[in-house]
Amino acid sequence: MTRDPEALLPSAEPVMLIDPSGVPTGLAEVPDDDTMLAAYGALVAARRLNDQAYALVRQGRLAVYPSSHGQEACQVAAAQVLGADDWLFPTYRDTVAAVTRGVDPVEVLVLLKGDWHSGYDPYRTKVGPQATPLATQLLHAVGVGYAAKLRGEPTVVMALCGDGATSEGDFHEALNFAAVFGVPVVFFVQNNEYAISVPLARQSVAPSLAHKGVGYGVPGERVDGNDVAALLAVLGGAVAKARAGEGPQLVEAHTYRMQAHTNADDATRYRQDDEVAAWVERDPLMRAEAYLRGRGVLGDDQVTAYAAEADRVAAHVREGLNRDVEPNPDDLFDFVYARRTPQLEEQAALVADELSREDAS
Amino acid sequence: MTHEKLTMAQALNRALRDAMAEDPTVLMFGEDVGPLGGVFRITDGLTAEFGEERCFDTPLAESGIVGLAVGMAMNGMRPVVEMQFDAFAYPAFEQVVSHVAKLRNRTRGAVTVPMVIRVPYAGGIGGVEHHCDSSESYYAHTPGLHVLAPANAADAYGLLREAIASPDPVVFLEPKKLYWSKEEVDLAAPVPGIGRAAVVREGTDATLIAYGPSVPTALEAAEVAAQDGRSLQVVDVRSIVPFDDATVCDAVRSTGRAVVVAEAVGFASVSSEIVARVTERCFHSLAAPIRRVTGFDIPFPPPKLEHFQLPGVDRILDAVDDLQWEDS
Ligand SMILES: Cc1ncc(C[n+]2csc(CCOP(=O)(O)OP(=O)(O)O)c2C)c(N)n1
Ligand SMILES: [Mg+2]
Repeated sequence: MTRDPEALLPSAEPVMLIDPSGVPTGLAEVPDDDTMLAAYGALVAARRLNDQAYALVRQGRLAVYPSSHGQEACQVAAAQVLGADDWLFPTYRDTVAAVTRGVDPVEVLVLLKGDWHSGYDPYRTKVGPQATPLATQLLHAVGVGYAAKLRGEPTVVMALCGDGATSEGDFHEALNFAAVFGVPVVFFVQNNEYAISVPLARQSVAPSLAHKGVGYGVPGERVDGNDVAALLAVLGGAVAKARAGEGPQLVEAHTYRMQAHTNADDATRYRQDDEVAAWVERDPLMRAEAYLRGRGVLGDDQVTAYAAEADRVAAHVREGLNRDVEPNPDDLFDFVYARRTPQLEEQAALVADELSREDAS
Repeated sequence: MTHEKLTMAQALNRALRDAMAEDPTVLMFGEDVGPLGGVFRITDGLTAEFGEERCFDTPLAESGIVGLAVGMAMNGMRPVVEMQFDAFAYPAFEQVVSHVAKLRNRTRGAVTVPMVIRVPYAGGIGGVEHHCDSSESYYAHTPGLHVLAPANAADAYGLLREAIASPDPVVFLEPKKLYWSKEEVDLAAPVPGIGRAAVVREGTDATLIAYGPSVPTALEAAEVAAQDGRSLQVVDVRSIVPFDDATVCDAVRSTGRAVVVAEAVGFASVSSEIVARVTERCFHSLAAPIRRVTGFDIPFPPPKLEHFQLPGVDRILDAVDDLQWEDS
């Protein structure tokens, strides 16, 4: 670990390996074709999932959906650079990251469907429960990583948050704790320019969010958040350094939230259409596709095949979300403590009594 | 096991030592809990005995301490954290309310966070502002937490051991003013567990219900009352959550009169909850409305005024006198 401030500083510009038209920048080597094709497949599925979820909100099957449309490269890369024993700590916006890591999308969307607060077993895929209280999950990531470190396990933890969340106290406490205890956590900030309606300039006037690492002795790096190749390289490098004992790493991706904060938000109240339009040509999916077509490793047939696979996942999501699960009132009381307290027994009996009288009438 | 003379502070220290010796996943961390042994010396000697990986100082950030503990508990550890003082636990409130208390619920039991948040709490030691808060109601109002408050060394040992072994998170409130009171304790003797109150003095005329720092005061009041010919029963709540309705209500039914004693501000408090619960359940056994002796609804006063705020023997006996004895 270094205390040299120079060595902690991010590069002057976000790392970009493939330019928006799909041409390699030559800055560093693009990951190999298999890796890039896997990323592309995940990107196609990711976009399809975002679109599907958005449609399900309009149909009333989901209460709300914070889409990662435009941020799919961040989502995919964050999951794909991890090994099986690593952990991922996502936020409400990171449905796609959790799915890319292997969680069933129907289970992830249980939260937004309203059946329960969380629908997957975090231990099965080593994906923490999606966190809504901003930045709080970053500390859990540090705790999971520190426990693993104390046991001598090589676990690395990928902890996600947004640009707005970097203003929360827990962001700073998490970076500092991870640094002081040398915990292998990669803090990955998806800077999508907005926290609901509030632009980045109201969160911070730091040279970049990646610079915030310097104050904690944590190396920072900035990456083009719509370039999946750069993300795989930078996040992969950060994971490798963390695993090698170099302590926590901070990565900021420059990306853009193409849609409103959620479907319930009206983005026209705080940003102009031409600002959004300028990001269309930087689309992460188009960029990866143009690159792979340019390499000659992706043709129309494969594009169709990837799209078909994405459609299959979308159909699975539709089918899962259209299935109504009868809510079980016992659930209200069963997971508060390991065993119901006498008070909860009384309250559960009250509900059971209400139901039995409803049935009788 | 023979009886030993121990302070509550020593009993707590022994509980931590014994738990750490028995279970390698038990960790202790917080502010100044390492080589110093904590500002109240509750963790004295633990770093020396178990090493820096088992008992360690953290950066100064309470949300960080509790959030770290959540993650460690998610990943196989049983952390015990110390909040240096009651009022300095507030930066951790979001972690406590939104995660410690809810993770089991959110994940339908898939993720549990067995951990203990130790809080030196309440007044009576002449502490300056921010060092004397009775914060139990904040925690008791949050489903998913157990909230314990021992009033003697034996319970301090027994309840802390139980708290550490519990599959659920526990907020463990340690009455600062009782840290140094010495008692004969048999650490091997089991004490009633989480969720159990105890009748700590038998009596027939009225019941004093107290917890934590107010229990010795209630016992003293009962002693004085006895000299005046009035027999007061004293119930030590011990476990604020889960609350032992059965023991408390049986006690009140046996005397027909009750006074709840608590240091905390009375408004919207554990003491008001106790009155409500007992009244709902024991109305027909009551000869008089239940009275409360609590802190006033004011920020905890400075040391030279704190005696006005703390429930004292006289105020308790005045409340007992008010229990409509003329009707009986
Ligand atoms: C502690 C806390 N305060 C406020 C909110 C409400 N809230 C939800 S998302 C959000 C914006 C977060 O912005 P950012 O961190 O940039 O993430 P993004 O939504 O852009 O992905 C706010 C204010 C919250 N969830 N948690
Ligand atoms: Mg944002």
